[in-house]
Amino acid sequence: MEPGKAARTGSAVFQTRGLTKTYDQGEVQVHALRGVDLDLYGGELVVILGASGSGKSTLLNILGGLDVPSSGEVRYRDIDLSAAGDRELTRYRREHVGFVFQFYNLIPSLTARENVAAVTEIASDPMSPEEALELVGLKSRIDHFPAQLSGGEQQRVAIARAIAKRPEVLLCDEPTGALDSATGVLVLEALEKANRETGTTTVIITHNASIAGMGDRVITLSDGNISGERHNERRQDPRTLSW
Amino acid sequence: MATKGLHTVLNIKLRRELWQMRGQVLAIALVIAGGVGVCVMSLVNYSSLLATRAQYYDQHQFADVFAPVKRAPRHALKEIGSLPAIARYEGRVEGAAKLEMPGFPDPVSTRLVSIPPEGQPEVNRLFIRQGRLPGTGRSQEVAVIGSFAEAHELELGDQFQAIINGRRQALTVTGIVESPEFIYVIPPGGMLPDYQRYGVLWMNREALESAMDMRGAFNSLVLTLRPGYSVASVVDALDRILARYGATGAFGRDDQFSHRFLSDELNQLKTMATVFPLIFMSVAMFLLNVVIGRLISTQRDIVAVLKAFGYSNRQIAWHYSKLVIVIAVIGLLAGLALGLWLGRSLGELYMDYYRFPGLLFRIDPLWLLLLGILTIAVAWLGAWRAIRQAASLPPAEAMRPEGPARYRVTVVEKLLSGIRFSQPSRMIVRQLSRRPVRTLLSMSGVAMATAIVMVGNFQFDSVSLMVHTQFARVQQQDLAATFIDPVNSTALYGLQRQAGIRYVEGRRSVPARLVAGHREWRSAVTGIPSDARLQFVIDSDLQPVLLPREGLLLTDYLAEELGVGPGDVLQLELLEGDRRTVMVPVAGITSEFLGVGAYMDLDALNRELGDGSLVNQAMINLDPDRASEVYNSLRETPGVLGLSIRQAMLDSFYDTLARTFLTFNFFNSLMGGIIAFGVVYNTIRISLAEKGRELASLRVLGYTHNEVAHILLGEVALLLLLGIPLGWLIGQGLALMIVTAMQTELYRVPLTITTQTLGMSALVVVVSAIASGVIAWWRLKALDLVAVLKTRE
Repeated sequence: MEPGKAARTGSAVFQTRGLTKTYDQGEVQVHALRGVDLDLYGGELVVILGASGSGKSTLLNILGGLDVPSSGEVRYRDIDLSAAGDRELTRYRREHVGFVFQFYNLIPSLTARENVAAVTEIASDPMSPEEALELVGLKSRIDHFPAQLSGGEQQRVAIARAIAKRPEVLLCDEPTGALDSATGVLVLEALEKANRETGTTTVIITHNASIAGMGDRVITLSDGNISGERHNERRQDPRTLSW
Repeated sequence: MATKGLHTVLNIKLRRELWQMRGQVLAIALVIAGGVGVCVMSLVNYSSLLATRAQYYDQHQFADVFAPVKRAPRHALKEIGSLPAIARYEGRVEGAAKLEMPGFPDPVSTRLVSIPPEGQPEVNRLFIRQGRLPGTGRSQEVAVIGSFAEAHELELGDQFQAIINGRRQALTVTGIVESPEFIYVIPPGGMLPDYQRYGVLWMNREALESAMDMRGAFNSLVLTLRPGYSVASVVDALDRILARYGATGAFGRDDQFSHRFLSDELNQLKTMATVFPLIFMSVAMFLLNVVIGRLISTQRDIVAVLKAFGYSNRQIAWHYSKLVIVIAVIGLLAGLALGLWLGRSLGELYMDYYRFPGLLFRIDPLWLLLLGILTIAVAWLGAWRAIRQAASLPPAEAMRPEGPARYRVTVVEKLLSGIRFSQPSRMIVRQLSRRPVRTLLSMSGVAMATAIVMVGNFQFDSVSLMVHTQFARVQQQDLAATFIDPVNSTALYGLQRQAGIRYVEGRRSVPARLVAGHREWRSAVTGIPSDARLQFVIDSDLQPVLLPREGLLLTDYLAEELGVGPGDVLQLELLEGDRRTVMVPVAGITSEFLGVGAYMDLDALNRELGDGSLVNQAMINLDPDRASEVYNSLRETPGVLGLSIRQAMLDSFYDTLARTFLTFNFFNSLMGGIIAFGVVYNTIRISLAEKGRELASLRVLGYTHNEVAHILLGEVALLLLLGIPLGWLIGQGLALMIVTAMQTELYRVPLTITTQTLGMSALVVVVSAIASGVIAWWRLKALDLVAVLKTRE
């Protein structure tokens, strides 16, 4: 599938309307999101850019079913995530979402293969752990424990773990945040490849504007609102990125 | 100085952290409290009973030496009184009687003891609970021992019939009393107390002398010694003086039944005061080690910052030491309160068994102080490794987070490579094997908890087996009748013909001193007919042993005390008849749980005594429907001194003992439960702290709450699975230790552990593990999924 086309032809996978999120932090009320309207389409790679405190993580958490909005609506296809309880959210995460975290969050007691298997075991139609690790170029490190892997390798295992269950959306929270530029590029390559080859709707949130070029679409968040949106005519090859 | 005052920053930090981990603090403090509690309880009971007994003996002039004789004239007392060793003495008349208690059909026997005309005797003075002592010239008046009065709800002025020396007589209760001689009351020939069927009565000397045909004479001498004189020399002198009056041998306090039993009990308390606290404190040490170790490893950066600010290693060590000390002190105080409370309630339970005027509540404050210091020291020692680690951490290194945890593929997985482990199962196995020492200690904690519950339960099984063996295999008669004097065995035919009696056989029991070299033992030799059907001597497999035609069979305990074995020759001083001394070979060793016995063939025993075919006890099987008929007729039979009913003995035994053991069992189960809870709760909490991030990640990846709980609780389940069987082994060892430590002359509890005991101990541990599991399950629900993504451990 052509990546650019997916963005234009796919139907909306996510739809948010008037999304707000307020945290009570002691005496102070923090408005993390102040009415976000957003559509994400099948197969597209979206980069959400924002400074720290812009609300991008909150948005990702709500899209990922880790948190619920204070008001407004968020739908994943025909599932109303804003009204879902813990049980439905768990099921949603289990069946539809792949997560990539800033700090990889691998299970230290499991090898690369087993970390991936931890997810494929509970998925309905997964690829094999070996296949997933091959996709991120780590077939040779398959029996290594996290402590034996570099940061970039750990993050690629995390990506393999996220895509192995063939999720419909892949949510990545600062996937290169803990990595140097050269290693970060390898991780982004893996993400781009995964998106291209599996057609998974991919959302990368980052404060790093240099990454923006690799997306089909770039959405900028500031102070809890969408402050800008642009389409890239061509996705930039991650290998050409640097910061 | 920063360390001064309670409101330094470090102290505030300490307070908040204690509050934050209050669950774990409480769990550890509970375990410490358990250990301290048992220790204090045992110490309180030990010191209280010891002090109570000492004061009682002292105030009531408990005799140092006892000398029974057949019949000695009162003027012989003059010669005895002139012995320089003797402080006080009392020549008394003792006897036995059968009683008819109104509304109580079973046979009741009693011991009768005279008191002098002036009232209180010189030696073994009575404690008057109620009423007064019998007056002079009032032959019908008696004072009754408290246990018997309570069992029959006797009140002052109550009357009952007695048959003394074959003559029927009405007696009136004038007083309810206690005596230092009868703190523990057991019928002669019996093994267990039976307050309804056996009592002690005190009568005016004149009245008892005439009832027993003992005018101007005495048959029991009790005396106290002046300080500095030995019991042995007085015993020798008395035996010389009293020989011509048919003395059966004087003996010291150590051989006096009630005193001996009480001393055994006190020794058992000492065992309890050491074994149990040892277990508790070692578990507490381990818990502190793990919990404080974990706390310090999460506070590496804080330690680094403090050091960077200029806090010294010593200050850091002291800071964490205070945390340990606070936990220890909470446990100590709770344990003291628990121990004192338990000591008091158990003391009341003891008063059911031991007839003291009242219980002095004693505990040496010095012991408590020592216990306190020891507890704190042990707790600190437990955490020492972790504290030292914190103190010696170089600040620069401490700033960096601890390296990532290293795991390996475990041996178990390699061995079981055929099995497909799920990833959560792998996590459990690897987590346990990554910290083998901690796993081993957690397992031991679970094992200890199991063992403690087992120790509580096995005693009941063992005592049951002991009693069951005694009455189902050794003594199979329904009824035993003891005669005043030995009778010819042909008299048994007369009994056999009585209505209601199905079968009778005789036995003869002769008081004797067994001497082997310098060792000696006062006991009785029992002659059993070679064709006995109701009485058996058994071996260690509980199988009946054939009586040898010649020679003695000795209980293993007695053989060991005397240092003899089969083939050795014993000097047997028979304390009856012409008091002859004979040399008898030891023909074999037997095993008995209750009492200490020497057995011979009845004919052989009679030959040694130079007597014909004599017996002094009849073992009887009867028609259950006609039991009371038999009781009544035997009560009226002049030569019969007393009757003991097997079933009644058993019932009363189980009655009292079951209550005591239930209390103990409950208590032990509680203790085991506390340990199990302490260990499991802390294991889970630490695991949760260490793996919270992993578990939250899995939740984000779509694992359900229950699937994640499986990882956390699976670890505990595995610990239980390994720890409980280990606990059974340890429990068996502990039980053996206790059984060995608690061997006494009166009984040797056999080691027997039923599946029920094993199941019960596992159940208690599993239930308390489930309790802590439920808490963890709720905690897991509150796991913050969002926060975990943002933090780097």
